Amino acid sequence: MSKKMSGASSLVQSLESAGVDVMFGIPGGAILPAYDPIFDSSIRHILVRHEQGAGHAATGYAQVTGRVGVCIATSGPGATNLVTPLADAAMDSVPLVAITGQVPSAAIGTDAFQEADIRGITMPFTKHNYLITDPNDIPRAIAEAFYIAGTGRPGPVLVDIAKDALQKETDFVWPKGLSLPGYHPQLEPENQAIKDAAALIAQSAKPVFYVGGGVIKANASKELMQLAELVGAPVVTTLMALGSFPDSHPQHFGMPGMHGTVGAVTALQKADLLITLGARFDDRVTGKLSTFAVNAKVIHADIDPAEIGKNRFADVPVVGDLKHTISALIPAIKAEFAKGRADLAPWLASMNKLRATYPLGYDAPKDGSLSPQYVIERISALTGPEAIYVAGVGQHQMWAAQFVKYENPRTWLNSGGLGTMGYAVPAAMGAKVGAPDATVWAIDGDGCFQMTNQELVTCALNNIPIKVAIINNESLGMVRQWQTLFYEGRYSNTNLESKRVPDFVKLADAMGCVGLTCDRPEDVDAIIKKANSINDQPVVVDFRVFRDAMVWPMVAAGTSNDDIKIAREMAPDWDSQEL
Amino acid sequence: MSTHTLSVLVENSPGVLARVAGLFSRRAYNIDSLAVGPTENPDISRMTIVINVESHSLDQVIRQLDKLVNVIHIAELKLTDSVQAELLLVKISATSKNRFDVDAVLDTYGAAIVDEDADSMTIEATGDAAKISDLLNALERFGIRELAQSGLVAIERGSGSLADRTLSTQSIPTADSGQADYQN
Repeated sequence: MSKKMSGASSLVQSLESAGVDVMFGIPGGAILPAYDPIFDSSIRHILVRHEQGAGHAATGYAQVTGRVGVCIATSGPGATNLVTPLADAAMDSVPLVAITGQVPSAAIGTDAFQEADIRGITMPFTKHNYLITDPNDIPRAIAEAFYIAGTGRPGPVLVDIAKDALQKETDFVWPKGLSLPGYHPQLEPENQAIKDAAALIAQSAKPVFYVGGGVIKANASKELMQLAELVGAPVVTTLMALGSFPDSHPQHFGMPGMHGTVGAVTALQKADLLITLGARFDDRVTGKLSTFAVNAKVIHADIDPAEIGKNRFADVPVVGDLKHTISALIPAIKAEFAKGRADLAPWLASMNKLRATYPLGYDAPKDGSLSPQYVIERISALTGPEAIYVAGVGQHQMWAAQFVKYENPRTWLNSGGLGTMGYAVPAAMGAKVGAPDATVWAIDGDGCFQMTNQELVTCALNNIPIKVAIINNESLGMVRQWQTLFYEGRYSNTNLESKRVPDFVKLADAMGCVGLTCDRPEDVDAIIKKANSINDQPVVVDFRVFRDAMVWPMVAAGTSNDDIKIAREMAPDWDSQEL
Repeated sequence: MSTHTLSVLVENSPGVLARVAGLFSRRAYNIDSLAVGPTENPDISRMTIVINVESHSLDQVIRQLDKLVNVIHIAELKLTDSVQAELLLVKISATSKNRFDVDAVLDTYGAAIVDEDADSMTIEATGDAAKISDLLNALERFGIRELAQSGLVAIERGSGSLADRTLSTQSIPTADSGQADYQN
């Protein structure tokens, strides 16, 4: 069955056939032909204010729904504005399809108006990309793009389409099958690997589950719970995995890494076995790699074979989808346990004691000003674990990771790998579009907020009532923290003066949002409740917080996890712990 | 550090060379040589890549390469299991006076004169890196004016072929509203 139509109509029909219900974008010259059939399409198109916003919104939508997020932009600057969100999505394994217009095929390579080689530019951080110059190739490219983005280790795929390919007449034929001879993600783990992993787990006296974002991508939280309770070992969830295992569970030790809990960091360091599920031994988790978990054997389960052995040798590599892998591990471990297993009691006793001795905490500012951690703790307590929390990058992100209580997967969104300031507002917008019934709080910094806040206009005009907490310490706070610790307090260019300018309440008002402000601890609850009660408009709360608050614990960059500090120049009292 | 020869079958599609070259560059893998050309199948090209890596990172190079959607298959070709050759074109200063000496060298290496004029001649030779290097040493005394060398190409010994073993014609079904099927 084929129908005659323009390449542009074929594109829109292809997107509909791929199951797209919403996309975020901005039209422009080269993509203009596509916007005519978009006008009549069943797909909801949300007109953003900057293409970066379209990309992060598509990411927010994808992270919350598990579906492929879609963004669309024109050639040249429209396309290059998508570069940051594409790189961000590649680092955090987000399934994304980006459609860009390209100058007409005859003009490609001539430095034409608004020409940029976006396929070349995005090769390093897309899972795959296309340049389409023949309208007959459009349906196949779109079908492949969605398949590649959403399967295996998810990631972004870009489809660049020359303007003349959109204008020419073509037959729309949705492909019955795809031929991708070089793309075969392995879903089923090998039996031998499962057996070897189960045997190691039964022998281990000090096991730890090192859980990464892959568990969320694989929708394997239920399976993880069964596995974790079967083995009984401590569970640490990385920044990308928060919510994959409930914070309230007695086996949960929190987040490992540079700003992880003493319990999580130490459990990894002292373990004799890391049961690694969809994590990638990132430098922010391992600290100085040669000193990371030196006595541990490693089971490394991941769908991406290239992650295995990349940073840390894996004694037992397990390639496969984590839902399949964990489901296969459970009976294999039961069979091993039936033959006998090591006693975990001494390990659990010492780890539980350590965790109890060093919980996350913070000191209230001595001057009576507002503590940023307190604000975030109260947002979590008053909004609950069914809400979705989205952070930017910096101190507020780490506090949101530490002090919001996560119980469910896909309720915590942040830019983990790339560390993209400005992620929160547009990603929260996309999250709210993907989960319209959920309360969505963007917990943002005053620096981050000033990078992408224009998408609040999009939110206001399109009935996307997100809530934004600006943790306003009038600084690039994390950089300032490093200047305090490592540059003798020389605050070069980190003072944003954002308690003076801009006036965030007026700015919110000007963008069609409700603007609120709070600078006293005693007002925090009332303001959060008020924000939570407004559901017909976006809300922005300017929380004017203590400037010198710092994120603790901390493992300084490039140092060993053994050198974790719980406050400035203060290490845990290791002598009082039996590790 | 050690040298490895990888034979990489890739889809014959635009940009595939840039993808492979870009991958090596951004992950800081050292390429000694790269040769690309058509195969018996017009849809497939073969890249022969010689890389210099720590032995433990060879696996990493192969796995990263394998992630490229256009890369169909990768095999390491060991010297003992493969025939390997590079092509040399070298222009030397030569006249009728030393022609006899040149011929003697060429005979030894199985090289041939492919162009000549009054004071120069161009020689073509193929062989592994050691043979090409020895030939160049032997020709040096005549005066080397210019040389061009290809990357290494290699093929497995015996009757087997990489393409036979790796090309699946299996098609991935798409649904009409495809998305749900693609999610885990």
